[in-house]
Amino acid sequence: MDLYEYQAKELFIRHGVPTTEGDVCTTPAEADAVAARVGGPVVVKAQVKTGGRGKAGGVKLAESRQDAREKAEAILGMDIKGHTVHRVLVAEASDIAEEYYVSLLLDRTNRSFLAMASIEGGVDIEEVAATKPEALAKIRVDALEGVTPALARDIADAAHFPETIRADVADILVELWRTLVDEDATLVEVNPLVQTPDGRVLALDGKVTLDENAAYRHPHHEAFIDIEGTDPIELRAGELNLNYVKLDGSVGIIGNGAGLVMSTLDVVSYAGEEFGGVEPANFLDIGGGASAEVMANGLDIVLNDPDVQAVFVNVFGGITACDAVANGIVNAMTMLEEKGEPVTKPIVCRIDGNNAEEGRRILNEAEHDLIELVETMDDAARRVAELAASRAAGK
Amino acid sequence: MAIWLDSKSKILVQGMTGSEGTKHTRRMVASGASVVAGVTPGKEGQDVDGIPIYNDVAAAMAHTGANVSVVFVPPRFAKAAVEEAVDSGIPLAVVITEGIPVHDTAQFFQYAQNSGATRIIGPNCPGIISPGQSNAGIIPADITQPGRIGLVSKSGTLTYQMMYELRDIGFSTCVGIGGDPIIGTTHIDCLAAFQEDPDTDAIVMIGEIGGDAEERAAAFIAENVSKPVVGYVAGFTAPEGKTMGHAGAIVSGSAGTASAKAEALEAVGVKVGRTPSAAARLMREVMGG
Repeated sequence: MDLYEYQAKELFIRHGVPTTEGDVCTTPAEADAVAARVGGPVVVKAQVKTGGRGKAGGVKLAESRQDAREKAEAILGMDIKGHTVHRVLVAEASDIAEEYYVSLLLDRTNRSFLAMASIEGGVDIEEVAATKPEALAKIRVDALEGVTPALARDIADAAHFPETIRADVADILVELWRTLVDEDATLVEVNPLVQTPDGRVLALDGKVTLDENAAYRHPHHEAFIDIEGTDPIELRAGELNLNYVKLDGSVGIIGNGAGLVMSTLDVVSYAGEEFGGVEPANFLDIGGGASAEVMANGLDIVLNDPDVQAVFVNVFGGITACDAVANGIVNAMTMLEEKGEPVTKPIVCRIDGNNAEEGRRILNEAEHDLIELVETMDDAARRVAELAASRAAGK
Repeated sequence: MAIWLDSKSKILVQGMTGSEGTKHTRRMVASGASVVAGVTPGKEGQDVDGIPIYNDVAAAMAHTGANVSVVFVPPRFAKAAVEEAVDSGIPLAVVITEGIPVHDTAQFFQYAQNSGATRIIGPNCPGIISPGQSNAGIIPADITQPGRIGLVSKSGTLTYQMMYELRDIGFSTCVGIGGDPIIGTTHIDCLAAFQEDPDTDAIVMIGEIGGDAEERAAAFIAENVSKPVVGYVAGFTAPEGKTMGHAGAIVSGSAGTASAKAEALEAVGVKVGRTPSAAARLMREVMGG
């Protein structure tokens, strides 16, 4: 889960990382009040989970509380690269002498962690890495040893921070490591880290990604869940413990196992090329043991998506044999009818694996008008793309 | 022969008395695996279908000669369980548990590296099977048969799909390495082991979006693998920035895309199928030719 800047800064403050004073606001009146409390000029910053908000006009300097109110009014509701601004951060406008970059992140390739630091901050760090790789210091962090004061000093040295602030930067790196570990984050990034004219070092912006697998040990992270920024179907699926991602197309996808479902999306997308570019409407993994109830919840979520024209149920019976899966599908249809939500969209099923013949017999005998059984994954994908295209054309 | 798991393997199950542990212990036994012990702290003296339970891995190994652990312990206890297995010096720990915080995995992986005693497979994986010989994990045994193809995959169900499509040819060993950002055994580890295994003639490698493991595997194949390799990569149509089920399956920027992975593999002579069935057909040609 990626956090907003103001949430990242909350975590920085909790772990002693120095940052600017300020608060998040959802109305111009709140911005006025925060500007008054902070005093002096403030910066009003759109809170969106995308880069380039400054260029888009989402970051403005305000000289007074009245000015902060006006700037907040202008920025709230703004659209930045498809993200609506629901909140602004109003923070003290610190004078900046120098801008730097530091981050700590999970390093999949080396199966440990990585510290990155550069005295060329405030710009796109991927750009620095590509054009001036020597300006970006990268140092491996051992998962068990972590960022010790000595390692932090090595990182600050490797990035050639000015001598006068190396000790401060090293302290911040240790505090950022605490943030990363104690909050179960996979990324903690500060860009820019600034030096003020009076020599203070502050995190002016922050990016944090949290590991959702660790949510059970951080009850306070629940407050970070972004309700406005999440698709409503994804929220509902989350409540049902379904692994769902909304996509842009018209074929609803249900399958068991993340890899198989990803593969199903691809196969549907390839098949859809023949039918004017039919694409998947979602990713939905119902997991290895597909019970009737989980299948019903999955069908319910997918069928209720107005973008969906046809559904592809693609199950490989491994741990759960195909006869159980087929019974799950048949029972799910009954459960939905009993709920007063009879199914009206065609459902193409491909079930294969253990007891496949018995599973197919069960589906055939159910004689449901809207269920169509296709033997292979590739043929089923073609059929569901065809159905989705013709249904869309018929509307 | 096979890689890492064969008819001589003696399996212990950490978390055998839990519902998943018991269910899959029975499935492993039914598929012919030698499951010799279970480990659940505080339950020593009990048994599951006659398989004795011990309080700790060291006692289970001492009494039964177990040399493979399969871990079904819930996420919050998984790190301690794996570290205990490492402390006991077990050569292979197969971590099935899904949903382990990645910091825990990073720590127990480093712990195992420091000890040098234990290979970890997983976490969040279906395990490893050498059909007809042994089965450590949750891979269904009856969808395929023994043969001479080696298979390595991040995804459980795609592993099953491929095992099933090529069931008439059969497999030496199939390894589900897991879909998490940090895993104990990589594609490269499996490719190296299959290359050395006299009973493996060709290798199927299934990858998915996220990270650069497939690209690095391609570089490894170019230098070190002379046996034919057929590949499949899932997630060509995955949007950027969205996690697709597996915590590791996320595309960030242009890195980690399925296209980049497929191209890297093809560039070193790996035949890459556009769909799982297409990949299976390519392997059929390799084995028939």
